[in-house]
Amino acid sequence: MENPAVAIEYQNVVKRFKGAACNAVNGVSLSINEGEFITILGSSGCGKTTLLKMTNRLLDPDEGNIILFGENVRDVNEVLVRRRIGYAIQQVGLFPHMTIAANIATIPKLLKWDKERINARVRELTELVGLDPGEFLTRYPAQLSGGQQQRIGLARALAADPKIMLLDEPFGAIDAINRLNLQDELKRIHNSFTGGVKKTFLFVTHDISEALKLGTRVIVMNEGKVCQFDTPENIVKNPADGFVKSLIHTLRRDGPAHEVRK
Amino acid sequence: MELIQFAQRNHNLLLRALSEHIQMVLIALILSALLAGSLTILAMFFKRAGTIITYLFSAIYSIPSIALFALMMPVLGLGRNTAIVVLVLYNQFILLRNFITGLNEVDPAVIEAATGMGMTRTQLIFKIRIPLSLKPIFVGLRLALVSTIAIAIIAAFIGAGGIGLLITIGLETGNNNRLLWGVILSAGLGITVNAILVFIEKRIK
Repeated sequence: MENPAVAIEYQNVVKRFKGAACNAVNGVSLSINEGEFITILGSSGCGKTTLLKMTNRLLDPDEGNIILFGENVRDVNEVLVRRRIGYAIQQVGLFPHMTIAANIATIPKLLKWDKERINARVRELTELVGLDPGEFLTRYPAQLSGGQQQRIGLARALAADPKIMLLDEPFGAIDAINRLNLQDELKRIHNSFTGGVKKTFLFVTHDISEALKLGTRVIVMNEGKVCQFDTPENIVKNPADGFVKSLIHTLRRDGPAHEVRK
Repeated sequence: MELIQFAQRNHNLLLRALSEHIQMVLIALILSALLAGSLTILAMFFKRAGTIITYLFSAIYSIPSIALFALMMPVLGLGRNTAIVVLVLYNQFILLRNFITGLNEVDPAVIEAATGMGMTRTQLIFKIRIPLSLKPIFVGLRLALVSTIAIAIIAAFIGAGGIGLLITIGLETGNNNRLLWGVILSAGLGITVNAILVFIEKRIK
């Protein structure tokens, strides 16, 4: 088998915010292959969201480079970078003045796809995230539950068929049962692209069981640095340092209800 | 009784005053909205410029209107056009404050999602910020309209005509009927317009 292409490469990335005592991201170097489902795990303030936002240039690093498929993001217009990358956040941020259909169609419209192609894509995606197009497309975001809104948020992020998806705690505000369902569906969505090349997912979470369940590899971050970058299995078996060990410990303490992706 | 007789005898005078007044107010409001709208968009691109402009117009807004009319008279002369310039200047603060605050207070999650999806700054303003700020934009226009109706009364001092002329002439000549009709028309116009706009405002989401 051929070696998979490198989708995202972080080269000694540093980000400091004005007035902060230490760097939000402090010298991160990582290489992520195309088709991987990477989860980034860490407590709040560890720099995981900052790392994610530098990937689609919502933030720019102070030092180092971020390379997407061989291209330094610094050299690409920020708007164009973002249109090539799917982006979903915890608060979803659906546009309240637009119907569900118009929300999902946002990027295809910006890219000036023709109407038929957009309509077909919108229906396809609505079904992909497990909702009935006939029922939902003409509704407005306020008429949807939190879980349904997040499904639409995912569909919207997937609309232009991006190679890379950035997901910032997308299930953070969703109740436990819906959350488990959504995790399973996200895994299914990631796997459903096997026809072509799989999309590369970068998923930020502070929930250990979520990180271990979804990730093909997991990045554990603490205080702006990467503590460990490995498969869920290896992280549980051989935690790299005290911080990872303590994380695994909380998982064991919280009970056996977790599954580790193999 | 006397008031009604006065109106019957002078209905042309009263109607002309009212229509002059409404014309002056509408022209001033349209120009105000165009200027404030452009300045708001400028402020969305250049935050500092927005702050400076708002400070500048808040200073102008704090000048009593009669003083501002007197100040503009030597520069622009007497008449309606000078009055309209002053009214437009006054409105800027009211409009800018409501427009800029409205556009800036759109849910940050919506802005982050739109930016993250690759909307340009212009698309963000026209597709997201403005459609989600219809209420504050409308509130600004209503406040500006009601205040313009009132301030335009004073414009009669610089020969702009309108309802204010009924009041000034009424005062000068001791004609109480004329004076009272000026008061009734101006108050009536202000209250009616405000009531209608509040009614519409409640229907905006």
